[in-house]
Amino acid sequence: MADPMKIRATARDGVVEVKILMSHEMETGQRKDSSGNVIPAHFIQHVTATCNGKTVLSAQWGPAISKNPYLAFKFKGGAPGQKVQVTWVDNKGDQRTDEATIG
Amino acid sequence: MNRQRREILKKGGGLALFGALVAAGVLRPSDVRAVEWNKEAFQSKTLADALKALGATATENTADVVITAPAIAENGAVVPVTVTSNLPKTESIALLVEKNPNLLAAVFTIPEGTEPHVTTRIKMSESSDVYALVRADGKFYTVAKEIKVTLGGCGG
Repeated sequence: MADPMKIRATARDGVVEVKILMSHEMETGQRKDSSGNVIPAHFIQHVTATCNGKTVLSAQWGPAISKNPYLAFKFKGGAPGQKVQVTWVDNKGDQRTDEATIG
Repeated sequence: MNRQRREILKKGGGLALFGALVAAGVLRPSDVRAVEWNKEAFQSKTLADALKALGATATENTADVVITAPAIAENGAVVPVTVTSNLPKTESIALLVEKNPNLLAAVFTIPEGTEPHVTTRIKMSESSDVYALVRADGKFYTVAKEIKVTLGGCGG
């Protein structure tokens, strides 16, 4: 199981800014190890963020997203105290969901 | 006792429970993978192929989409990029790096109520133009920005 994400959500003037730091190798499948074998690709393919059951952002990623991905975005309609939930799924089917309270 | 009937009831019960869980939002199979990962687009090796796989057959240049990124990135493994769209009804934002082995880095779907403004960090194998492809009101718009990379992000 992968490490938890760090999520920070702050509301200002009705707009919630969400910053997410995920913990993932994001291996491209292009690199080789010391003995010349290709390291298999291992990267996050899907990211979904929801607030109050409504999807506020969804994304498809390729291996060109940096290791330990960072993602920031803003949405309207969230209020302090509500929760923002973020889920990712990688190409091996692993997934992780974490949530943060809007502050 | 009618054995077959028992079996059918059991199976039916299981299905009903599954349905109820889905309805109650406990199981949300479609949530995360609402759209299948666009393999064709992510494996494209040319800009034309990638745009085609994303459904962008005709694109227009625009000044209403801004890519914010350093002109010179020291480390190609971590290039911070922000895309802001000022186009009304922005539906999605895609990020493409022209000289990466596979051009497409990410596609963000922007639902109503979310600002068309995303920040992330991407890998770049070498200095290249970075394209933002924005779908707004059914039309596709592109904007490019050159980012120079001192150290490539694909080797080790």
